[in-house]
Amino acid sequence: MLRDMTLGQYYPTKSKVHKTDPRVKLLATLLFVVGLFLVNSFLSYIFSIAIIGITIGMSKVPFSYMIKGMKFILVLLIISAVFNIIFTNGEHMYFEYGIIKISAEGLKWAVFIVIRLMLIVLGCSIVTYTTTPNDLTAGLEKGLSWMRKIKVPVHEIAMMMSIALRFIPILVEEADKIMKAQSARGADFDSGNIIAKAKNMIPVIVPLFISAFRRASELATAMESRCYRGGEGRTKFKPLVYKLSDKLSYAFLALYFVIIIDLDLMARNIEALNFMMAK
Amino acid sequence: MSIVKSENLFFEYEYMDESAEEVKKTHALIGVDIDIKQGEFVAIVGHNGSGKSTFAKHINAILRPTKGKIFVDGMDTADEKKLWNIRQEAGMVFQNPDNQIIGYSIEEDVAFALENIGVESKEMHKRVEDALIAVNMLDLREKSPNNLSGGQKQRVAIAGVLAMKPKCIVLDEPTAMLDPGGRAEVIRTVLELNKKEHVSIILITHYMEEAVDADRIIVMDDGKVAMSGTPKEVFSKTEELINLGLELPPVTKLAYELKKEGLDLEDGIITYDELVKGLKGLKR
Repeated sequence: MLRDMTLGQYYPTKSKVHKTDPRVKLLATLLFVVGLFLVNSFLSYIFSIAIIGITIGMSKVPFSYMIKGMKFILVLLIISAVFNIIFTNGEHMYFEYGIIKISAEGLKWAVFIVIRLMLIVLGCSIVTYTTTPNDLTAGLEKGLSWMRKIKVPVHEIAMMMSIALRFIPILVEEADKIMKAQSARGADFDSGNIIAKAKNMIPVIVPLFISAFRRASELATAMESRCYRGGEGRTKFKPLVYKLSDKLSYAFLALYFVIIIDLDLMARNIEALNFMMAK
Repeated sequence: MSIVKSENLFFEYEYMDESAEEVKKTHALIGVDIDIKQGEFVAIVGHNGSGKSTFAKHINAILRPTKGKIFVDGMDTADEKKLWNIRQEAGMVFQNPDNQIIGYSIEEDVAFALENIGVESKEMHKRVEDALIAVNMLDLREKSPNNLSGGQKQRVAIAGVLAMKPKCIVLDEPTAMLDPGGRAEVIRTVLELNKKEHVSIILITHYMEEAVDADRIIVMDDGKVAMSGTPKEVFSKTEELINLGLELPPVTKLAYELKKEGLDLEDGIITYDELVKGLKGLKR
């Protein structure tokens, strides 16, 4: 099951988005998410959808592949939609029964929340689809290197992240092997209720942990014997250097942020105007 | 010029006994004197617990001697200041290929050691390319190491060490987890490096047939050097090897059994051709 999870996995192809510096992509994601939380108007949502659509188009990652990844957050979407529909107070009530209230505002909110969540997930997954884990950690390390001044061990965190990501497929394979080995000894993973199932996982989890610790110790020795001694004085095989296109991307990013805030201000002004007119 | 030289080397492990009450000591190395020349291909063999891996870990300064000294390219491994120089001169390849590969792509992994020692990016790309050519893996450079066979992974690990341009490479049972095909692949690569690039090779193994191509074989037993000599010399003492609990290469074993049955064959037959020659000699 872990194997066919597409959300957040690198999709190897050659596109402009793939070639963009990871620092640009990380900042873009951050601003995009902040932008989504700042704004509330219909127009700015349309604008955000358009932007994400263009980015997906440029990234050459098939849209169906992205949708497949969205399956995993479907439950989350449904829950938040339902909560928003039934628990929002509003002026135009369609239905009311005890604490359950369905209003026009609630419906509008639910639609907005679902769109917003979908856009957030899409925005974040574009980064992971188009950036190798290594580039991602390299981007984080360099982009956050200023945090070293306030004693945050940026290099160490980045190194740990990249090792963790590197070992995911190896540990998945190992878990699979252990499950088969335990099944052969008569372990049962499929029957019983959820608590019984969780208990049945212990014979898998214990050996998996032991082996993970052993691997960690061996890897540490191997790294040391290859002269690893922390981030000090380390050079990079592929150093991150901003290209002209990356600088242009930053300019576009700034433009996007200005537009989305303007759109929001505009929407608010119109609303205020309508309100005054109504009076 | 010797690249690795140990003088009366002792090492003891400390461990808790089963009741976890007292600390026990066990001697892994007892007065080991080994001298390995620059450019030499030495195989160190021995059964499990003979101290061969412990000795290997001393060359890379992962372990430090309890008593005695070990010099790598003239540097004492007890000297903390020389630690990184020693690790650059004596690269190490370990048993489990999965637990020593750090990069997401093959070339990134090969570059790992170079990043650590602070080589410039341009020089690094050249060295990575050369190392990958040397182990014949250049065409896969951008691939993920996860999809490689065991033999290929070990070749990547060798390239990663080779990129540091070490004078000597220590391989600690590099083939123990591989299938016969992968084993042959790794040994062939190592031999080629020794002949072409003149890197000293110290191969730790418990497969006797891998030691056949070495310049010299050192047999270890219970923390001591039990035998030492050219493959021919060592394999001539068949009885002794069997007593030390070592598995003979199939050809040598066949020749030994035939000789026991009364055929007049010479001692220390290690290749198929030698055996054929010996058998043909019998007819005439």
